[in-house]
Amino acid sequence: MTEPTISVEGLGFAYPDGTVALSDVDLHVHPGERVALLGPNGAGKTSLVLHLNGILLPQKGSVQVSGLELTGETSAEVRRRVGLVFQDPDDQLFMPTVRRDVAFGPLNLGLDHDEVRRRVDAALAAVDIEDLADRPPNHLSLGQRRRAAIAGVLAMEPEIMVLDEPTSNLDPATRRELAAVLLSLDITLLVVTHDLPFALEVCERSVVIDHGAIVADGPTPVLLANTGLIKAHRLELPYGMVLG
Amino acid sequence: MHRMAPHLKILCAFGFVIAVVITPREAFWAFGIYVAGIVVVASLARLRPTFLITRLVVIVPFVLAAATFPFLEGGVEWHGLSAEGLWDFWNVAAKASLGALGSIMLASTTEAPDIVRGLETLHVPRVLTSIMGFMIRYLDVITGEMARMRIAMRSRGYQPRWLGELGSLGKGVGSLFVRSFERGERVYRAMASRGFTGTMPAEVVAAPTRSMLLGALVVPLAAIAVAAIAIGVS
Repeated sequence: MTEPTISVEGLGFAYPDGTVALSDVDLHVHPGERVALLGPNGAGKTSLVLHLNGILLPQKGSVQVSGLELTGETSAEVRRRVGLVFQDPDDQLFMPTVRRDVAFGPLNLGLDHDEVRRRVDAALAAVDIEDLADRPPNHLSLGQRRRAAIAGVLAMEPEIMVLDEPTSNLDPATRRELAAVLLSLDITLLVVTHDLPFALEVCERSVVIDHGAIVADGPTPVLLANTGLIKAHRLELPYGMVLG
Repeated sequence: MHRMAPHLKILCAFGFVIAVVITPREAFWAFGIYVAGIVVVASLARLRPTFLITRLVVIVPFVLAAATFPFLEGGVEWHGLSAEGLWDFWNVAAKASLGALGSIMLASTTEAPDIVRGLETLHVPRVLTSIMGFMIRYLDVITGEMARMRIAMRSRGYQPRWLGELGSLGKGVGSLFVRSFERGERVYRAMASRGFTGTMPAEVVAAPTRSMLLGALVVPLAAIAVAAIAIGVS
């Protein structure tokens, strides 16, 4: 089997106030996979995601990105390889225009201006917002801002893109368009969500995390059809939705 | 006007304000020329006079403060008022109005982010321009949060009265500060995750052509020439 893009082994992490966020997490994501990370609020999803990007460093166990061990020294390289799309696009889009925001990451990589321009144009085209390039982010709709945030991460050309609750506050039509955009991208994905239908649509594999540990891992349709498992971890399919 | 490079407009406005400030207060004709210049540029930029005048309200407090000079200052009297004080009042009122008009014309033909861009081109330190950029970007977000908080308060039966509102406003500002602080942390995380290491990356900025530069400098150079003549005459 190929070298995993993400390899998390025995990861444990507690916040300074003593709250244990992650107790023992094992997770492997291989190139080209689209994986949903499911779990109720407070399960440790966000803590795990912040580790993948080197914003938190492992206290126990290890995180490897394409074979590179995450440490204080390698966190910059890990950040280049793992692109993180945050839950609130307002946190991510801080430059005066969309184009300049998308260029922020590539410029930090020290690329020359022609390459930056190429990447920005490609990223804007990938999420279909070329026409919004010179608009300030605060004048965009939430769905448009979400796409702009994704473009900002795509322009880094990461090996894997991690999205934290990408469907929160989106109306159904915008949510469907977002799914279409994600399915059109040729990139390894880890989607953190408790939106189960969205996981089913976008990700062929799902991983369930609860109380800081992985409790299930398998094909999304199979996991979601396991009523007992779903119920035990406070995940719920929308009313009337039955998987057979 | 609206399409001119922002840094040139900044230079223009700055040069104009300097010229106004150094003009001797007795040179009425010079102030007349400045007003004429403003009228010409405003009509070129298709700004409505009412638009400019309503925005001029910001200087009213300064002009009111200056209006006390004729009563407070001593010296030669003229109709019971201090002549020196009257001159000072005229000086402040005229220069403040003209200076503010110059700035208003800059602000009304340039988007706020472009003004920051222009300052970057003029090599204003990146730290300052980044702070301004963040302020402009998040002003809407924070005022939006404040508006939602007020709606939430009113929807639970809170009846704001003008003075009574101060107390709850204080608490609101406190929680707004905490929220903004937390947002600041999240924004920093998002920046760090895209490779931010403490300095904003350099971006390409358009270099001005010579003809644009000359065109832009006509107004401030003319204003400074007027000021110089006025100084020479007086």
